[in-house]
Amino acid sequence: MRRAEIVTAVVLGIISIYLMWKSGEPPAWDPDVVRFANIGMIEGEGPGSGFWPFWLSLVMLICCIFIGVNWYRRSSPPSQSDEPFLDPYGKKMLLQVGGGLIGFLALIHVVGFYGGMFAFLLYYLRHLGRHSWKQTLSVAVGMPIISFFFFDISMRIVLPKGYLEPLFIPLYDIFL
Amino acid sequence: MDVVAALLNGILVALEPINLSLAIIGVIVGLFVGAMPGLGSVNGVAILLPFTFVIQNYTGGATSPMIFLAAIYYGAMYGGAISSITLGIPGASTAVATTFDGRPMALAGKAHVALVVAALASFVGGTVSNVLFTAFAPALASVALSFGDPEIFALMLLAFATFVGLGGDDIPKTIFSICIGLVLATVGFDIVSGEPRLIFFDLTGFTHGIRFLVLAIGVYGIGEMIWTINTSRYGNTMSKVDLRARNIWQAVKDFRHAWRGTAIGSLLGFFVGILPAAGATPGSLMSYGVAKMIAKDPRQFGKGAIDGIAAPESANNSASTGAMLPMMTLGIPGSPTTAVLLAGMVIWGLQPGPLLFTNQPEFVWPLIGSFYISNVIAVLVNLAFIPVFLWMLRMPFTILAPLIFVLSLVGVFAAYQDMFDVWLMVGVGVAAFFLRILDYPVAPAVLAIVLGPIAEPKLRQSLLFSDGDISIFFTRPIAGPITVIALILIFLPLMKIIRDKIRRTNKETA
Repeated sequence: MRRAEIVTAVVLGIISIYLMWKSGEPPAWDPDVVRFANIGMIEGEGPGSGFWPFWLSLVMLICCIFIGVNWYRRSSPPSQSDEPFLDPYGKKMLLQVGGGLIGFLALIHVVGFYGGMFAFLLYYLRHLGRHSWKQTLSVAVGMPIISFFFFDISMRIVLPKGYLEPLFIPLYDIFL
Repeated sequence: MDVVAALLNGILVALEPINLSLAIIGVIVGLFVGAMPGLGSVNGVAILLPFTFVIQNYTGGATSPMIFLAAIYYGAMYGGAISSITLGIPGASTAVATTFDGRPMALAGKAHVALVVAALASFVGGTVSNVLFTAFAPALASVALSFGDPEIFALMLLAFATFVGLGGDDIPKTIFSICIGLVLATVGFDIVSGEPRLIFFDLTGFTHGIRFLVLAIGVYGIGEMIWTINTSRYGNTMSKVDLRARNIWQAVKDFRHAWRGTAIGSLLGFFVGILPAAGATPGSLMSYGVAKMIAKDPRQFGKGAIDGIAAPESANNSASTGAMLPMMTLGIPGSPTTAVLLAGMVIWGLQPGPLLFTNQPEFVWPLIGSFYISNVIAVLVNLAFIPVFLWMLRMPFTILAPLIFVLSLVGVFAAYQDMFDVWLMVGVGVAAFFLRILDYPVAPAVLAIVLGPIAEPKLRQSLLFSDGDISIFFTRPIAGPITVIALILIFLPLMKIIRDKIRRTNKETA
């Protein structure tokens, strides 16, 4: 946990510097404006567009320095902790759950929301939850069906269907 | 008299079939999310916010969706006690203090008494806070009408300062959390100059800004679920509850012994709830502490004292209404849940703030009326369906968690129909999970994301008006004291550190 604390503080510090740099970006349509011209007061306009995000990002950077100081002095709980940032269970869980979510998102682009939903629920309930096939299939099939009638039919919000689109055309003919 | 008439009218609107049905459904959903460990009112409200567009489309106004979400908020405050008592793990952070005495009472075979006392104390807390809300809200809103840009910015500063001074979390991490929320709220086009800001890697998905729902559901739908899966890895044993009518009636009669805790919780909870960094969790813990302090026999606390259940339960309900007060009258939310409700009001086309009371009474009063109705519904549903909630608590998290993931993803897509937002939400959720392990508080960031788009224009307008002179925040009669209090709160932790250091040095030299 101690190492994670300082690594995170450094990463967040770098992000803060990037945000300060980005806040001072001049508008693309006006090449005459120099970087950071927008972080102070502009005559007749008040504070420029980069004023608020720039100074807040600076405060973020200062906070990261303080987090680093507290880490050095071992005065914050994570900087005193010998526990791992993620224990083996946590790592495995994150890989399985996070991986499942990324897989779900990727599948949406291929087989759409309903196909992805079915595959994700099948994976989660059967593989991670060790539920019976009866329970798994009832949830994995039931949820996409309920969602389809709720979103596509009643709310008329068409969720992406990817390559499974032709399968839904007869359903549209019947219900819409 | 005007207030009473407006309230009665509001209650009548809240009793219309559609609003009453939504309040009942909302309370049931709230009781469920409140009872499920790992879920709280903020998760329920954030995940279901996109679905309120359906209600708005159907009813054509913002009142019914708000009644629905407020009922979830209400129900969740009741529901938290169910798992605190029967499982020994709080259903939500607001019910942590209920476990101190609720669990020992359940282990002593009196779970039915604990559940009934918790429900009745919640009802009293809710009722007292509703009356206080009705009395204070119109007056506060009319005072707030005279506020200009510097006053509103000073109030926002005060809201953030309370997180720093009273939040109890790591100070640099709290300030970082507030600032990153405010910075992320600036992504997109600057409304004053029209210039694009912080369009990361020139991705077009950032041009419309980072939407509140994406962040809220990312943090509370995805991040919190991963956190709960990681932390709740061990099983729990549920206490047996004897729900025979005779026992329930006896428990109702026992409630009269809990008057002291209920009174403390109802009053203290409301006023603590108003403070932005406080809310229902500190409100209930504080009420528990005070109830123990003034009890005839404080040694009974922690062993199943009836006041030890009544105080935190009445307080969390009372504080939840208290947190609504600054949200409705000043446009400044007092808790993450009210931040989501405020964002919902903006999404439904309302302008939160003091003008709401004068410009939108047809929204405000039915909502306040619904607080009273939801409170009655919640106590009835809670008492009548305890066995159903106990059965639901047995639902494995391996079924609930994937369903919440699916709802989160579908909800965000349905709201904006943009896959970029869905990917971003999952990224935000994973980042929130990592930051939470390292004690970075997420609630200030969520509040900052909501308040950022209001705070920035107020600051810029004020500085434009004063020609860049920041003394405008100190010299005006209302803004001045608020800014000073905010600065004191910000520097309070620093002053404590200096004081401790001086004391240590004095001890060493002595």
